[in-house]
Amino acid sequence: MTTASSADHPTRRDFLYVATGSVAAVGAAFTVWPLVSQMNPDASTIAAGAPIEVDLTPIAEGQDIKVFWRGKPIYISHRTKKQIEAAQNVALASLPDPQPDSARVKAGHDQWLVVIGICTHLGCIPIAHEGAYDGFFCPCHGSVYDTSGRIRQGPAPTNLPVPPYTFVSDTKIQIG
Amino acid sequence: MSGPSDFQPTNPALKWIERRLPIMGLMHSSFVAYPTPRNLNYFWTFGAILSMMLGVQILTGVILAMHYTPHADLAFKSVELIVRDVNYGWLLRNIHACGASMFFFAVYIHMFRGLYYGSYKEPREVLWILGVIIYLLMMATGFMGYVLPWGQMSFWGATVITNLFSAVPYFGESIVTLLWGGYSVGNPTLNRFFSLHFLLPFVIAGVVVLHVWALHVAGQNNPAGVEPKTAKDTVPFTPYATMKDAFGVSCFLLFFAWFIFYMPNYLGDPENYIPANPAVTPAHIVPEWYYLPFYAILRSIPNKLAGVVAMFGAIVVLAFLPWLDSAKTRSSKYRPLAKQFFWMFVVVCIGLGYLGAQPPEGIYVIVGRILTFLYFAYFLILLPVLSRIEKPRPVPNSIADDVLAKSGGKAATMVSSVIALMVAGGLLLGGAESARAAEGGPKPPGEKWSFAGPFGKFDRGALQRGLKVYKEVCASCHGLSFVAFRNLAEPGGPGYSVAQAAAFASEYKVKDGPNDAGDMFERPGRPADYFPSPFPNEQAARAANGGAYPPDLSLINKARSYGRGFPMFLIDFFTQYQEQGPDYVAALLQGYEDNAPAGFTLPEGSYYNKYFPGHAIKMPKPLSDGQVTYDDGSPATVAQYAKDVTTFLMWTAEPHMEARKALGLQVFVFLILLTILLYFTKKKVWANAH
Repeated sequence: MTTASSADHPTRRDFLYVATGSVAAVGAAFTVWPLVSQMNPDASTIAAGAPIEVDLTPIAEGQDIKVFWRGKPIYISHRTKKQIEAAQNVALASLPDPQPDSARVKAGHDQWLVVIGICTHLGCIPIAHEGAYDGFFCPCHGSVYDTSGRIRQGPAPTNLPVPPYTFVSDTKIQIG
Repeated sequence: MSGPSDFQPTNPALKWIERRLPIMGLMHSSFVAYPTPRNLNYFWTFGAILSMMLGVQILTGVILAMHYTPHADLAFKSVELIVRDVNYGWLLRNIHACGASMFFFAVYIHMFRGLYYGSYKEPREVLWILGVIIYLLMMATGFMGYVLPWGQMSFWGATVITNLFSAVPYFGESIVTLLWGGYSVGNPTLNRFFSLHFLLPFVIAGVVVLHVWALHVAGQNNPAGVEPKTAKDTVPFTPYATMKDAFGVSCFLLFFAWFIFYMPNYLGDPENYIPANPAVTPAHIVPEWYYLPFYAILRSIPNKLAGVVAMFGAIVVLAFLPWLDSAKTRSSKYRPLAKQFFWMFVVVCIGLGYLGAQPPEGIYVIVGRILTFLYFAYFLILLPVLSRIEKPRPVPNSIADDVLAKSGGKAATMVSSVIALMVAGGLLLGGAESARAAEGGPKPPGEKWSFAGPFGKFDRGALQRGLKVYKEVCASCHGLSFVAFRNLAEPGGPGYSVAQAAAFASEYKVKDGPNDAGDMFERPGRPADYFPSPFPNEQAARAANGGAYPPDLSLINKARSYGRGFPMFLIDFFTQYQEQGPDYVAALLQGYEDNAPAGFTLPEGSYYNKYFPGHAIKMPKPLSDGQVTYDDGSPATVAQYAKDVTTFLMWTAEPHMEARKALGLQVFVFLILLTILLYFTKKKVWANAH
């Protein structure tokens, strides 16, 4: 098999080889797609991630509950006056991830804090009403969050995220 | 792999590795420089095809295992949800399930090729025995894989095959209990079968490495059956064999894709779309087509232990072939008698396959015994005798001589023998088909379905009307446990919007709970809910229906079938006809007659239906003219209702049918293009070799 000519000027044979190789390569690339795509959440998992409704009436002031949405724990805290004030009267400049308390709760519903209870460091679950700021404390690596779920101390880089939610009525929220 | 490699990398990094682990040299000498006889025909590409199929089965199998649940209560549902919910799950499952059949199809051609050309003879005995071991491992793996979906045929197949071991004298029952891990086939059995089904392919891969190693030590056999002597007799593996194999693989993929995209259930048993039920045995327990010859041998012997011994003996005898056939001439091409007897043996094997699918009665038993005798006679009597008395024709001096002597007639023989093999395979499949035909009764008339054929699509109007008929009529007794309300809004479905599907769901009451108080409660349905069954469990359903159990309808169109008779299955393969289920269901709905024909005694509480097996059905006539109001002006007749609801049930059985057919078309266009390109590339490459 001598294709010495191919280096200088391409021949029809080279074209055939390149065309065959390219078609095979395209086929291989497309074949990989379903093999990767199957790892994504399936239709039933996506359907199970539909919004959930939570009734707030049983949560007394100073209490919090944990609900699950899309496999994630969501803390719903009924904050006391003192906690709300503590959250509001913080110099934003002193925060690692500056965010006013008003951006983390719904207007007119200051007493309700809804956050995804997953430490933004490495995904552990912080404990409520613990730590120096009476907010959340993650025992794994010592991240401390305040009563607004903002990071104050420790290795976590950002505040606890607020999930999408709306007030259906004064005593009921829909998460998702 | 024989001798030290002359592979010399130039790149310093590669040199560094090669000095410490000569893997590239190994690859080079095995798959690049390896001398290949230049007269190999396309039967030799099945080795490459088999390597590819093993890879495909392992890859898709590992992926399916990510989604499958090996539990007796969940296995069937998990398989259905793979097909319905997992992204491209239907594709992966079709590849894996049809792939098993393709794997065996290829291995049989590979084995018959070895038999014909004497590939088992000195110095390739170990190579051959390793092949027999691989085949045994494949059979075990295939059987255990078939059990995993936990359908009726899976469950009863497992029961029957494990009971084979009860034939062992004295220890039989203990061995069977050991295999089951219980008092009957159950969850422990399923669990260990899953574990072993995952493990064995890797064992096969290990033995395949030995098989290829032995091959590369002894060198490949070839159609002339003479060893290469000079450099003129061989060509380097790459690019010659590589390109030829690539072309062969591409052709095989076309054949494979035909099944994956257009005939996915052609090779499977409809019974396996019914969840396993330890209380009911299917009318016919038939293994997959690739085990039928051995099943026939098992049933031919009227003694339990002897039958089992004969069945295993039929495979083990292959391992002794190198010593049973002592002829000096390898290839049957030069053995006029052996050649004829070889083809008779092929016919015997196909005949056994056909008989394996027939009910074991009457003439089938007698013919089965004759063929079983002929099968063993071929190995134990004919080949030893033949190798002593036959006078073979002279073999060519060298492979080069063989190539030069070739005339143009070769291609024609090849094509005709491949066609003959395919027809034979079809016969086998047809045999499996007719095993289900014994119920009798008139054949349901073939209906025209919008979803039939490679370009078929669901008729949206029919789906919507069918849903209405289901809801107003069928749903009072039957559930659709594998269909969620959200499916109504998915592509390929009845074409409702998400809001419409949610509204439809909310009309249903769904049992939920327990709540904080520990109570079950009812709430309106949500899109993520599945169509509920009107009964809490099977017992309640039976109690409300005079003892008959209204089956879940999600899979009814796939779980029903009827025999198509002799030449039809071949035509079915080419026309991609797979609408037996829908035809049957539509016919059943219209097959009611008020008065049973004279001489037919209808059992108490039954109704006469000419299409139901035995003609006595417990379900009263469900449809009558004018029962459901249609808004779109379609006639409100039983025929229309039956057709619409069957169309709807077809969609519930396979919601991704349209995606399957659409992707199939793209794959075919691609594969045809690739095959043509590979053909010309192969031709160009081989032009250098002549």
